[in-house]
Amino acid sequence: MRYLPKSPADREAILKAIGARSIDDLFAPIPAEYRLNRDLKVPRQMAESEIVDWFRERSRENGDSYAMFLGAGAYYHYRPVIIDSLISRGEFLTAYTPYQAEISQGTLQSIFEFQSMICELTGMEVANASMYDGSTAATEAVMMAVRLTGRRSAVVARNVHPEYREVLATYAFHQDLPVTTVAFTDSGRVDLKELEKSVNQDTACVLIQSPNFFGTIEDVNAVAEIAHKNGAMLVVSISEAVSLGIVEPPRQADVVAMEAQSFGVPLGFGGPYCGVIATREKYVRQMPGRLVGQTTDSNGKRGFVLTLATREQHIRREKATSNICTNQALVALMANIFMTVYGKVGLKELAKQNLAKTAYAAQQFGKHAKVLFSGAPRFNEFVVQTSEDPLAINSRLLGHKIIGGLPLKKFYPELGNAALWCCTELTSRAAIDTAVGMVSESPGSAKPSREVAEVTR
Amino acid sequence: MKPVIRKATRHVNQNEGLIFEKSSAGKFAWRLPPLDVPEVDTAKLLGAAERKDMGHMPEVSEIEIIRHFTRMSTWNYAIDLGMYPLGSCTMKYNPRVNEVVSRLDGLANGHPYQPENVSQGALRILKTLSDCLIDITGMDAITLQPAAGAHGEFTGLLLVRAHHQSKGHARKKILIPDSAHGTNPATAATVGYAVENLKSNTQGMVDVAALASQMNEEVAALMLTNPNTLGVFEQEIHKIADIMHAKGGLLYMDGANMNALVGKVRPGDFGVDLMHLNLHKTFSTPHGGGGPGSGPVAVKKILEPYLPTPVVITRADGTLGFEYNRPQSVGRVRAFYGNFGMFVRALAYTLANGPDGLRQTTEDAVLNANYIRKGLEGSYDLPYATPSMHEVVFSDKLQAKKGVRTMDIAKRLIDYGFHPYTTAFPLIVPGALMIEPTESESKEEMDLFIDAMKSIAEEVEEDPEMVLAAPHTTRVSRLDEVAAARKPVLRWKPS
Repeated sequence: MRYLPKSPADREAILKAIGARSIDDLFAPIPAEYRLNRDLKVPRQMAESEIVDWFRERSRENGDSYAMFLGAGAYYHYRPVIIDSLISRGEFLTAYTPYQAEISQGTLQSIFEFQSMICELTGMEVANASMYDGSTAATEAVMMAVRLTGRRSAVVARNVHPEYREVLATYAFHQDLPVTTVAFTDSGRVDLKELEKSVNQDTACVLIQSPNFFGTIEDVNAVAEIAHKNGAMLVVSISEAVSLGIVEPPRQADVVAMEAQSFGVPLGFGGPYCGVIATREKYVRQMPGRLVGQTTDSNGKRGFVLTLATREQHIRREKATSNICTNQALVALMANIFMTVYGKVGLKELAKQNLAKTAYAAQQFGKHAKVLFSGAPRFNEFVVQTSEDPLAINSRLLGHKIIGGLPLKKFYPELGNAALWCCTELTSRAAIDTAVGMVSESPGSAKPSREVAEVTR
Repeated sequence: MKPVIRKATRHVNQNEGLIFEKSSAGKFAWRLPPLDVPEVDTAKLLGAAERKDMGHMPEVSEIEIIRHFTRMSTWNYAIDLGMYPLGSCTMKYNPRVNEVVSRLDGLANGHPYQPENVSQGALRILKTLSDCLIDITGMDAITLQPAAGAHGEFTGLLLVRAHHQSKGHARKKILIPDSAHGTNPATAATVGYAVENLKSNTQGMVDVAALASQMNEEVAALMLTNPNTLGVFEQEIHKIADIMHAKGGLLYMDGANMNALVGKVRPGDFGVDLMHLNLHKTFSTPHGGGGPGSGPVAVKKILEPYLPTPVVITRADGTLGFEYNRPQSVGRVRAFYGNFGMFVRALAYTLANGPDGLRQTTEDAVLNANYIRKGLEGSYDLPYATPSMHEVVFSDKLQAKKGVRTMDIAKRLIDYGFHPYTTAFPLIVPGALMIEPTESESKEEMDLFIDAMKSIAEEVEEDPEMVLAAPHTTRVSRLDEVAAARKPVLRWKPS
């Protein structure tokens, strides 16, 4: 086997050195009746070229090079090439968790920079080294609020990502934590009147998402006021990180639970992604996940270490704030490099392009179908209601190698023939026009107009 | 005395400040294409929601970014540089073909919600890996959704709870050996179970008599790592399983040490009801400085109805799809389907090995641990003489007489060009040195390691102060962790 660095003579020499007659001697502690006396049923050993071919074939079966209008918690943004150049360095790729600080300063300093930039972007005071993903970050943030307030229930907006809510439900069920769901209004935003009625003295926190699942930006101030006057915390989930370049961050939140996938992390069919929790300094000791802190060495030189580990499972065992061990270090490094490449000005310009493409697309779709939730500002997603089942529209689009918006029937049946569309800086006007054309072909849609051509400069 | 350090030589590396310290207005590393749609008035679209202040985000050029991260990378130790003998972490070679195939366009840019008929490639990868892992573990079904080992434990205990709940009583306790990793009790608490410790016997194995007396109808499961954290195979595993099953309990196996078993013995065959795997350990996906991991959970048939949604199924027409309608499921533990990129890598590793390669890998891993054990016996105290599988645990008992502890020896090992072993764990060995070489080490590299460890043992006798002050060759010396925790500085701020 080509990954194994021993010759038959080496193996013989080692067996001799340890005084074993054969390799079987070393497996003698395993009771004979349990030993496997056949080959595993896995494919035969393949050459590297065969492995590459096998996966190329799978890649071709997987929408290779299709244009895309899907968002919904996973966003197709351009990834600067230096991200992969840098994360492919073996010193980053093949290092362990930086417990031995003296030979892990590269990982530690880069995480410190990641934490710092997340704070700058979210308006929070501290951020952790990353979590599994946005769904578990949101859930852990709710659990954190439960510990901090000592209260035993949570309120969540129905326009939070449905799969995030499912994850929260799984965790909450086993913590005996009742979760109340609050509806959204015609603007797509959380219903403040219903929220007002749902939050009470037992509420540990209110969880909203902004931009929410429909792409609508919430009135965070108004939600914060309702939460805070009841002594509840406000947790804001952000699944589209690029929005932070142009949308005011939820500075009134007590905890921000983010998905940083948009920052240079490939879609990768859903993972690995990069969750983050950011919060106020006063709450840091109840924050789950790893943290890097600055300190000095015995000569007074600046250095970085993992810190506040007394919150964690390897020290606290069953009393830990969470059972989480790993973070998503390599994925956080992608996000870190992405944030550094775009920086102060680029992030804003990038977000602006997303906004412009989406505004154009929403306007064009609006000519032939109903764009819902127009009463509130949105970032790069919008909901289109059509006369025809969006699945039918999407299958026509697939013929043009375009993947249409996400049909919402599964998550929000009350919206009827609705789909969630997303545009990023990578969405071309041509793809938008083609998609709009397919919608206009729906029986019963508004007549195609000539305005499409007029907008072209 | 001048130590002979054969593996490493000092060399110059670059200093590098924080990225914020290199920033100045007007530098940049990006360029966007011209907009092909009309410009928009941001203020008009967003109103009060428009962001005006970007804080102190950096402004730097591309060459500065390349140098910044490259310089920092040279401050890290890595598997690519040499032996990384962290016990129970399985720091094996991370094959590069894994990285190449995970970046193929259709896989790297596949959206989790794209229609099933254009997701057959990804689904085939999920299915093929699942089938391989099911046979490797000897189980009946699997979920790939958990994002890490601890997340797999969490998922596993949810399944345990659902199973007991279906019988009318969720039970109250989880039994955990005192040699277990801290995650096990932390997970049990997360799922609402009380933790009861189980003592190890004099050989470092589960005390079967104690287990029999502690087992009752309130115990939901035993969480067992096998081989355990001493690298010892639980020889009475069949009795352990029988005791659990006789009173309706389940046997959960923490698969952290699966690298000792693949292709040689299957947990499903020795009575395990469910287990998690760590793809970042046994299946060669990169640790990446602390993640991403991936923690699939494999189960026996009785637990299959409770697996998280969705599961991969084969439809009538032979295509693959996701099944969401599973009324008994414990629910979702993560959005989408798990760390798919790690599945690609783990499958590439499995294909590169085949059944013969996987078996040889396990044999070499066990061979290597025993070679290290033989080489260091006499120089270091071996608290348990029980045969070792893929890792060996020594103690610092001999060196402690000179005031030198396991962490000091570990730090001195850095000067010799090695990453330290796992220190002070498992808790049942005071001053533990937990060493797992994995199959990836050549005889030559292990000989250098053994020489280094022996040389340090001599240094402890002759000049303990020097060892206590180690490392001497790193760019920073021992860091003040107490100060870091007392007055935490967790972010950069402009001065």
